[in-house]
Amino acid sequence: MFRLIEVIGKRILLGLVTLFIVSLIIFSSISLLPGDFAQAVLGQTATEATLKAFRESLDLDKPVITRYFRWVAGVMQGDMGNTFSGRSTGGQGIDVSRPVVEIMLPKLRNTLFLAGVTAAISVPLALMLGFLTALFRNSIFDRTANAITLSTIAMPEFFLAYMLIILLGGYLPTIANVRAETEFLQRLLLVTLPTMTLTLVIVAAMMRMTRAAIINLLASPYIEMARLSGASQAEIIFRHALPNAWAPIATVIAFNMAWLVVGVVVVEVVFTYDGIGKLMVDSVGSRDIPVVQACALVFAATYISMNLLADIVGIVTNPRLLHPR
Amino acid sequence: MKPAGCAMSDRASKDLLLDMKNVHIEGFADERWHPIIKGVDLQLHRGEVLGLIGESGAGKSTLGKAAMGYTQPGCRFTAGEVMFDGQELSGMKIKDKRHIWGTRISYVAQSAAASFNPAHRLLDQTIRASKRVGDRSEQVLKSDAVDLFRRLNLPEPETIGLRYPHQVSGGQLQRVMTAMAMSPRPDLIIFDEPTTALDVTTQVEVLSSIRDLVAQFNTAAIYITHDLAVVAQMADRIKVLRYGEEVEQADTRTMLSSPEQEYTKSLWSVRSLEKPEKSGEEILLTIENIDAAYGASKVLHDVSIKLPRGRTVAVVGESGSGKSTTARVITGLLPQLNGTVTFDGAELPRRLRDRSKEQLRRIQMIYQMADTAMNPRQTVGEIIGRPLEFYLGLRGKEQERRVIELLEMIELDASFYDRLPDELSGGQKQRICIARALAAEPDLIICDEVTSALDQIVQEGILNLLQRLQGEFGIAYLFITHDIATVRAISDEIVVMWQGKVVEQGMKQQILSPPHPAYSELLLSSVPEMDPDWLDNLLDRRKHEGVSDPAQTGQDPER
Amino acid sequence: MSDSQTQHSAIAETSTVRVRRTRWQRMRILLSRAPLTAWFGMVVVAIYAVVTLFAPLLAPYGEAEVFSRGDAPWSREHLLGTDRIGRDVLTRLLYGARNTVGIALGTTMLALLIGGSLGLIAAINRSWLDQIISRAVDTIMAIPGLIFALMLLAIFGASILSLILIVGITYATNFFRLTRSVSLNVVVMDYVEAARLRGENMVWIMAREILPNILPPLIAEFGLRFIFVFLFIASLSFLGMGIQPPTADWGSMVRENAHWITFVPFVPFRDAFFYGLKPLLPAGCIALLTIGVNFIVDWFIHETSGLRDV
Repeated sequence: MFRLIEVIGKRILLGLVTLFIVSLIIFSSISLLPGDFAQAVLGQTATEATLKAFRESLDLDKPVITRYFRWVAGVMQGDMGNTFSGRSTGGQGIDVSRPVVEIMLPKLRNTLFLAGVTAAISVPLALMLGFLTALFRNSIFDRTANAITLSTIAMPEFFLAYMLIILLGGYLPTIANVRAETEFLQRLLLVTLPTMTLTLVIVAAMMRMTRAAIINLLASPYIEMARLSGASQAEIIFRHALPNAWAPIATVIAFNMAWLVVGVVVVEVVFTYDGIGKLMVDSVGSRDIPVVQACALVFAATYISMNLLADIVGIVTNPRLLHPR
Repeated sequence: MKPAGCAMSDRASKDLLLDMKNVHIEGFADERWHPIIKGVDLQLHRGEVLGLIGESGAGKSTLGKAAMGYTQPGCRFTAGEVMFDGQELSGMKIKDKRHIWGTRISYVAQSAAASFNPAHRLLDQTIRASKRVGDRSEQVLKSDAVDLFRRLNLPEPETIGLRYPHQVSGGQLQRVMTAMAMSPRPDLIIFDEPTTALDVTTQVEVLSSIRDLVAQFNTAAIYITHDLAVVAQMADRIKVLRYGEEVEQADTRTMLSSPEQEYTKSLWSVRSLEKPEKSGEEILLTIENIDAAYGASKVLHDVSIKLPRGRTVAVVGESGSGKSTTARVITGLLPQLNGTVTFDGAELPRRLRDRSKEQLRRIQMIYQMADTAMNPRQTVGEIIGRPLEFYLGLRGKEQERRVIELLEMIELDASFYDRLPDELSGGQKQRICIARALAAEPDLIICDEVTSALDQIVQEGILNLLQRLQGEFGIAYLFITHDIATVRAISDEIVVMWQGKVVEQGMKQQILSPPHPAYSELLLSSVPEMDPDWLDNLLDRRKHEGVSDPAQTGQDPER
Repeated sequence: MSDSQTQHSAIAETSTVRVRRTRWQRMRILLSRAPLTAWFGMVVVAIYAVVTLFAPLLAPYGEAEVFSRGDAPWSREHLLGTDRIGRDVLTRLLYGARNTVGIALGTTMLALLIGGSLGLIAAINRSWLDQIISRAVDTIMAIPGLIFALMLLAIFGASILSLILIVGITYATNFFRLTRSVSLNVVVMDYVEAARLRGENMVWIMAREILPNILPPLIAEFGLRFIFVFLFIASLSFLGMGIQPPTADWGSMVRENAHWITFVPFVPFRDAFFYGLKPLLPAGCIALLTIGVNFIVDWFIHETSGLRDV
């Protein structure tokens, strides 16, 4: 038991260290900005004083280490700085920029909603299809599914999105303008087409990976041994294969959930959904660095946690670690 | 307990349990169907043990599984029938065959470790098939399983069932597998090379356990192996298979004393190779007081060996004895912690990269698995040609000529020049590896278990070739092996190793004749001999001496 | 010695000698067994290759040539109409092939070069160097690719050079992992050790012993990565962060003409075709190529991992 805790602990530690290093990368990238961007942000008419104040507010005159720790401290307290946009209005130096966190939170909630609905539908569907195609390998069912999914995962999301809009645009809303006060059912309706788009791609990928993992498992020698001992097909799947399948399946799910976090970006843009993905794209376009950094950090943290979760499932279901010699 | 080979009427009733007639099986490879079994008959009575022997590729395993009515994916029955207790198995639906598998016919595989589900406990797996029979309650089955464990001499029989496969050793797993096969009290058990992967000393225990149980429950058995001496201990009758056809069949004693067919005779004769020993005057290689470690664990303790020029020193030991590690130290792959390696008067640098090309050239190595020792994308000509180019600077026509010379030296011919490794047989591959070593014109060749993966007849060919080359070119061999018969055939001197230490060293005759230090005794006596009564005699002897386990030979395995 | 008793001929040892077929024979057998999907893929790739190479010859007008009528419907002069600014859609479609495919190909090759060599080095070293590189790659892979790329693009701005470099580095990580894992399998083989014992240097071992044996999975991975790089760059362009105008590229073409799509569900079918074509055609071109390559790669993987046939 202690060994188990030790291994899990190490893995969590590794995750934290990775997050730390990633935050360093995200942060230090700002210092890679070429030239003096203060001018670019504040506009042509900014005075020398406002430029200086701007630089000071960003601690650009202090050493990198100090800046980094200030930033981390800020993040911990929920302050990720203020946006670049709105820092200057008409050159008069009035700062109407808002705290990044304030802007980000509602959008984050929206994205999580979208991702959540998608996950709830796609994961069970994909697992089931993956299992079935692995069991009935090379049947017509399997081969058709293979051809379809091979096509779907190769398509760009925006293509699928637009196809769906064309086909179903008359019946379902094509602009998902969700607001804070939108109630649950209305949200679901608005989110239908985006969810369908995402589901199509994710189910295809997840199904293929699950199928491959199960086929791999079924090729293990102890499965043949089970057959020779007279086990029925059902017994082989549920009693022999399944206990060993948790780890690879968890990895597949985590991998795809991590992808989902990224796939929302394009979908949010196509359907004009007010989520964190669209926020990131918009702020990249306007070079609003604090927002970009904050979004990147959130995405990275989610990604790392997903992978961490998958690894932990793999650890917890490994008999060698559960029952050491 | 009666020895194997006794007249059948003593143990077995005359009921015909298994009757296979004219069985033909084909396998699909290279887009074609190839025949694997070409019309074999097999009959087995209740309580009888049939030994099925042959070289690899003869079809023993396929035939064994066919006795259950099972063909591997990619294989099919094309003719013949398999009658098991009145039911025809080859054409039966899988659904029905499943009722027989695991319950009336059991199968024991070669690799126990790969056959157990890593996620389940041993006890559960042991009784799983028996539960399906449904004639006994789970409680009864469990206590019966514990009883079987005890009879198979497993440690802690009460609790070993609660462990997982990765928590027990290979030999123990093999015995658990036997218990698993025995638990449903089947009519027939098929043993597919059950002791091949085990050390010689472990093998003895497993063999006797199996034999006892089979006799006790009057189970019929098919015992598949390529080891003739082993089959002599276990079987009432022996059938010899070659290229999917039967060569000969007879009861054990007759088969051993007077085989009829040439092929059978050749299988038997291989074990009688023996080379007269020759002592060597000039010492070519000396390793002194070598300590070596992998990371934190020390694997070699104060190892010293002397190798005379032009002679063969065999290093014998079981897995974990340090034989291969010693070879790695000599070649510089594993720098030693202490001690020196002296070659032809000069001390060799510890690390491979500190050695000169000349030093590297004069010591060559041949590996156990010829499949992985050659680059699958290079032709024979390229494989042998590289050392010629690298060491001796031969190129173009000159190189080609020399390669063909070498091919002839290893008893092949020029037609092999453009072949790829996967177009060669096992023995041919090993010969190419020998030619590659020869090409460098070395003084010493280290042979790391070079014949262990080959069939007996092929082994003989390789060993003869090596002898001839030594006679012609005066090459010294450091021959690493675990097989005593090979040692007898090829060596001048012997070094016995155990757990990283040298147990004894000396001329062949001296080492092979008693008296021996405790471990050597154990090792040498564990090697099966071609005498059906060997196992019984050995067990009797050991019972009197009270020694059956290497660990029991005490801390200091030396005299 | 019992040399002659067995009359054993080493030459006659194999009962079945595999006949080695020539390269042409192998090609023909391979193609005869290819499934329909693979043929489809090969045809598609062939067409795209032709278009990519001969775009300037096939296109009716110049890449950035502007005509007076913007948003024009299809006509004899402009087979697919013009876009918002007034450029001929067909021309931009053809040039778009060249640009998008070309840049994707270049990026994938860069990723292969960087990731592949690092993977080989890590596999051979198997100690400190391996650890350092692997940890670094793990960390980069902990940032989702799109996010990483967007972040760097925000900083460095989107130009063709920065695009190739940034996307190339992002995808080098996959090549690294794959190359390292297949090389590790090969590196532990005895024939690699035999080469080391001979005294061969690292470069020779990499080039002659390891590389030829890791080609099949590497080629398959190249095909797969190409698809993803292609989609990635198209998506970035779609988001406005990729290839910048006036360079023609399919992703941004979709973006430029996307405003038409919202009308499609609400107009009669005949007009819908007209409205939907301009943005969907480039999107469809993207999808077609990636699906085609995917089919080929799938078939390739199936062939090289199944029963091998010489």
